[in-house]
Amino acid sequence: MTTLTDDLKRLGAVKAPRGFADRLLAHVGMADSYARFNTVLGPVYVAWNRNGVSAAARMASAVEFEAWFRKDVGRQLALAGTPADLAEKITDELHGRRRLRFDLRGLTPFEQAVLRKTLEIPRGEVRPYGWIAREIGHPAAVRAVGTALANNPIPYFIPCHRVVRTDGKIGNYGGGGPEAKRSILTMEGVQLKRLEDFAQHGYRYEGVRTTRVFCFPTCYHGKVANERNIVRFHDAAEARAAGYRPCKHCRPAAA
Amino acid sequence: MEASEKVFERMVHEHHDRVFAFGLALTGNRHDAEEVAQDTFLRAYRALVTYPPERIRGLKQRAWLHQIALNVVRNRARGMKPQLVALNGSEPDRSAGPEEDVMRRADMAELAARVAGLPPRYREAVVLRHVQELSYDEAAAALGQPVGTVKANVHRGLKLLRGDDDDNSHG
Repeated sequence: MTTLTDDLKRLGAVKAPRGFADRLLAHVGMADSYARFNTVLGPVYVAWNRNGVSAAARMASAVEFEAWFRKDVGRQLALAGTPADLAEKITDELHGRRRLRFDLRGLTPFEQAVLRKTLEIPRGEVRPYGWIAREIGHPAAVRAVGTALANNPIPYFIPCHRVVRTDGKIGNYGGGGPEAKRSILTMEGVQLKRLEDFAQHGYRYEGVRTTRVFCFPTCYHGKVANERNIVRFHDAAEARAAGYRPCKHCRPAAA
Repeated sequence: MEASEKVFERMVHEHHDRVFAFGLALTGNRHDAEEVAQDTFLRAYRALVTYPPERIRGLKQRAWLHQIALNVVRNRARGMKPQLVALNGSEPDRSAGPEEDVMRRADMAELAARVAGLPPRYREAVVLRHVQELSYDEAAAALGQPVGTVKANVHRGLKLLRGDDDDNSHG
């Protein structure tokens, strides 16, 4: 007689699966979900919520990622299964097909503007920090742009690796140091050697003789030109004096 | 974070095991128990954010959550199509706590299935009183029934569970 009620009592003491409380919070939108994805960059931890992807990092373990997220983003985090559609979107995103939405709520308006602008840089191209600063209407805030990019919570997906120093040097990279930045850019088809050689000789822009348009050296519109029709310029004034106008695609200088 | 969200977060941490166990006893398997608990807390969340602060403060959380969970289970039963049971044992319950050893989990699963097999009115009464250990008053409130009815249903439910179903033969 007592055993049945004791057994029933034990049934009431059954524990929920591990991490269940966090999953409940994620279910109502009070915590983010995350999973490990195998990408062209190797394993990457990605967090998301109903507003979009909120963080990404290459880290050694889930524990490390959770600790970093709770501290830096300041929300709870729940390990989730890998949704097939998200895995597909992430793969597409890393191959240059934009499909993801991003949740940048925790950032300042300035940081958000920097990251949104960074999203406009096409795969295979790079822009200087100063370009971002000018494009978002804070031409003097080059250093602040660098800081905002260094704190990018969603590297790789928001391609801060496509922002380089004005002197053509590769610059720092929050997503794994300058070496990681080099390898990602090379994977995306940027000819780093050519770019660095170009900058070391003091050049900033390339013009095409036939069109009389000047561009950043990685701009798609400049790259399709025949090499012998390309001229090099040290600055915008020199290009303009030679009768060239700035490219409307990469906007190398204020029009 | 809003005040109601703070209350909700504490509620989740305090009651998630209990609501999961409730779902397990009522449905008989861990997968459905997870869904019941998720729906229960989602409904609780949606209600909480609309409640004025004094109503949130006066809330008897334990009884309230049981009442919601009970409705979730009843609505599921109503809308449920016959379930196809996977034969390869692919039930996603791999994530139980380490303290539950395999033997004990098998026993618990067997008991949960037996309880879930009771007719609803006995099942709900037995689970509220003996699994969740609510008082008869609390159970009656959650069920919206008189205490006497709940007592009778608990008694009858326990008899059925013991396989001691001979009420009628005594005349």
